[in-house]
Amino acid sequence: MLVLEGDWRGRDGLVPTAQASAIARAVGDMRQVRIDALALGNWDSLLITVLWQLRTRLLADGRTLDEAGLPPPMHRLLALAANEAAAFAPRPRRWNPLAALGGATLSALAAIGAVTELLGSLLGSLLGGLWGGLWGGLLPRGRRPGARMQNGDLLDAVQRAGPSALPIVGVVNLLMGAILAFIGAAQLRRFGAQSFVSELVGLSLVSELAAVMTAIVLAGRTGGANAARLATMQGNEEIDALRVLGISERVTLVLPMTLSLVLTMPLLYLYACLIGMVGGGLVAVGMLGIPPVAFASALVRVVPLSQFAFGAVKSAAFALLIGLVSCHIGLGAGRSAAAVGEAATRAVVAGIVGIIAVDAVFAVLADALGL
Amino acid sequence: MSDAVKIEANGLTLGYGGVTVQRNVSLRIRTGSIFALMGGSGSGKSTVLKGLVGLLRPEAGTVRVDGEAYWPGTSAQRTALNRRFGVLFQSGALWSSLTVAQNVALPLRLFTRRRAAAIADLVRFKLALVGMEDAADRMPSELSGGMRKRAGIARALALDPDVLFFDEPSAGLDPVTSRRLDDLILELREGLGTTIVLVSHELPSLFAIADDGAFLDGDTRTVIATGAPSALRDGSTDPTVRAFMHRERIDADGRAG
Ligand SMILES: Nc1ncnc2c1ncn2[C@@H]1O[C@H](COP(=O)(O)OP(=O)(O)OP(=O)(O)O)[C@@H](O)[C@H]1O
Ligand SMILES: [Mg+2]
Repeated sequence: MLVLEGDWRGRDGLVPTAQASAIARAVGDMRQVRIDALALGNWDSLLITVLWQLRTRLLADGRTLDEAGLPPPMHRLLALAANEAAAFAPRPRRWNPLAALGGATLSALAAIGAVTELLGSLLGSLLGGLWGGLWGGLLPRGRRPGARMQNGDLLDAVQRAGPSALPIVGVVNLLMGAILAFIGAAQLRRFGAQSFVSELVGLSLVSELAAVMTAIVLAGRTGGANAARLATMQGNEEIDALRVLGISERVTLVLPMTLSLVLTMPLLYLYACLIGMVGGGLVAVGMLGIPPVAFASALVRVVPLSQFAFGAVKSAAFALLIGLVSCHIGLGAGRSAAAVGEAATRAVVAGIVGIIAVDAVFAVLADALGL
Repeated sequence: MSDAVKIEANGLTLGYGGVTVQRNVSLRIRTGSIFALMGGSGSGKSTVLKGLVGLLRPEAGTVRVDGEAYWPGTSAQRTALNRRFGVLFQSGALWSSLTVAQNVALPLRLFTRRRAAAIADLVRFKLALVGMEDAADRMPSELSGGMRKRAGIARALALDPDVLFFDEPSAGLDPVTSRRLDDLILELREGLGTTIVLVSHELPSLFAIADDGAFLDGDTRTVIATGAPSALRDGSTDPTVRAFMHRERIDADGRAG
């Protein structure tokens, strides 16, 4: 017999948590627990929850809870809740550092493999697209391959990746050049070598900073946006709707997103170099009193054109990396709003880490090529 | 309705990442029939639908479309089979960067060689069928839930498919619109011979239009009854099916009451 008396309202903090286990202990090994609720005052769903848990515990031992003594509304609400609590028990999860390390390594390798595969299929469809474009006019009516990239998609993506990034890339690199000139000049002045400030600004921008800063800005802007867009489409079943029609999301979404980055990034890099030099020049001319002509002519003298070419190629590699990684993460995201945010964050982080890693590879390469 | 079988599934086991949702599902969907997939919420109706249209690769079993095995073929063959399908997803799944009209037009633009003006006319007609011609130029984010469903139906109709898969087409629609949708489904079947696979909870509409079906059970994770919904209502002895068809609750001991 279980006697309920007085008010049992969670709202007033009157029902202590973990009450069910206390009651379960108190009823001991009674085979059938009857409830007497004659003196029960106010109650709400918290009391029902306690009774529901109690009933689940009792049923699990093959015992029963006789609810006939409860007020009828409570009885009916309790009857609505089936005893399936066991089915929702959280899976026991223990954190094992070794297993976590192994898992992370495996999934990183798998991700690299998947991104490479994505690259392969993009190249395949790009070549197929060019081929199809060449021959498309000759094919009979209705035989035209349907799921080709639409030129409009590419233009949209180029617009999103390129021109709209001009202001932020400009600001970042302008400040970058100015800071370089400023800090460099302070050091060079100690040796009376202030006039070398243009060499410093020019070389470091063209060979490293302009490419890396621009890529990081685009990893944050475009990479994050791509991943979020694809993850949202995944959650809305939009990608399923494409697949059902036999339209490959790789051709219609991933290809334009990646190709637009690869096409625009080298241009953005050249623009970034220019703006960075302007920033350096402003500081050099305005604060260090170097004549503008001297600054400019030193720049032209010191930075070889091959450096620009190398930087442009490097930017294209960064762009490829950002495009592929962000699309891979976006397409693999879960189907919820939280997954969208997570995918965007992961795309930005993976993009930045990848840029630094690729940059290291290019540094070794430049050394080997003697650039 | 003929005796030819449009889609045949044999011993399908479907699930996500190792978690089985439905096992050993066998269905025979006859050409020109209106086939209802029934079952409680979470029982796996949408999952089976995805298995039938080739979005979810079965862990076991086969799907045949017009006698042709779906999965063993090349992806080009699968795409060709898919071209005969029109699918309305449970969430509508409109492409969010396109307007309603562009959503309906995209399959036509990609897979037919009609002129832009002809496509525009077709799109207007398909939208008019579902009463959406006024919203043609809106973006999906500016639509209500029921409007999204209707736009999704118009898109599924775009290519005049042989088989239409509708996942809860009438959820979120008012009774009048929902009735009009029933008529539309019947007319499509009568006029074009379209086969229609329907996931629906709308009992009156199921009884009125569906002439075959299967009942998926979420607890045993398999098909527990097949037949027309009205026949299941009148003849089924299974307590779960009876309860569903009569809108009743089931007691713990399995008695409908
Ligand atoms: N993408 C997914 N990943 C993992 N599990 C899923 C996924 N989609 C559905 N499920 C699970 O599969 C089961 C069946 O889901 P499904 O969507 O097929 O149900 P349903 O019968 O369509 O239900 P409803 O009538 O509510 O739409 C559910 O238990 C659900 O949790
Ligand atoms: Mg569903």
